[in-house]
Amino acid sequence: MKVRIHVSLKPGVLDPQGRAVHHALEGLGFTGVEDVRVGRLIELDVADSTSEAELEDMCRKLLANTVIENFRIESMETA
Amino acid sequence: MAFRSAVITFPGSNCDRDLAVALEKVSGTPAMRVWHGDAELPERLDFIGIPGGFSYGDYLRCGAIASRSPIMRAVIEAAERGVPVLGVCNGFQVLTESGLLPGALMRNAQLTFTCRTAPLRVENSQSLFTGGYDRGQEIMLPVAHHDGNYFADEDTLDRIEGEGRVAFRYLDACNGSRRDIAGILNQAGNVLGMMPHPERAIEPDHGGSDGRALFESAVKGLVAA
Repeated sequence: MKVRIHVSLKPGVLDPQGRAVHHALEGLGFTGVEDVRVGRLIELDVADSTSEAELEDMCRKLLANTVIENFRIESMETA
Repeated sequence: MAFRSAVITFPGSNCDRDLAVALEKVSGTPAMRVWHGDAELPERLDFIGIPGGFSYGDYLRCGAIASRSPIMRAVIEAAERGVPVLGVCNGFQVLTESGLLPGALMRNAQLTFTCRTAPLRVENSQSLFTGGYDRGQEIMLPVAHHDGNYFADEDTLDRIEGEGRVAFRYLDACNGSRRDIAGILNQAGNVLGMMPHPERAIEPDHGGSDGRALFESAVKGLVAA
């Protein structure tokens, strides 16, 4: 089973990388970009029996730092 | 009795030798060197050092993988028993990632690696590590990091400030740290994490010796205890 873990900075946590990307987009002439936040996408291939609770445990214990980051678990359709 | 200290080495640590040398110069006893994959620490330790560097290539987040390595379980247990633990730079990141210290270290606000000698103020001179300084004393220590931007939510910041757990504060804008925090203590006062490098400032020949008092405080405090 393929699972995607989306890790993003919590609202209110300043994102220096996002700000730099924002400036770079403006430098390229793109207008109307209100804000940029840089996150992380982690793709896992796990046993089909893996429960949502186990996935959440993986996120809390390692994949995300919940002091500064939120995570979202997205289970992919198996073909 | 001889001072028993250990320095942990992770893959990618690069200040482990400096830390071991500083501990030996100040205490007169060589520090034991412990590999990250070991499950146990030497017995009866007086001091554990978590060094700077780029453990595991800073993969995932700085200090994240190292903080889950086998030896860190033993370090956390030792810290909870009251053994003094000092984490410098990447070692500070490992300590926040392991939950021994609150908050997180994020990318520097200016986005660049900062490498220079930074002016600091000693905010707490009552701790095991800082007893050799005066409160309010201004010192100079080297900093060399890309991810030293200390973050914690306002409630946590208020709490650690109120409990006197800010050990060192930057005197100029260094990296965007909340409230210019450069180093913090745990609640019990036996765990200190800091981005500046005291182990790189123990001899005048190396550009300064303001870091020496930190190691002297720890060694004397334990000898007196």
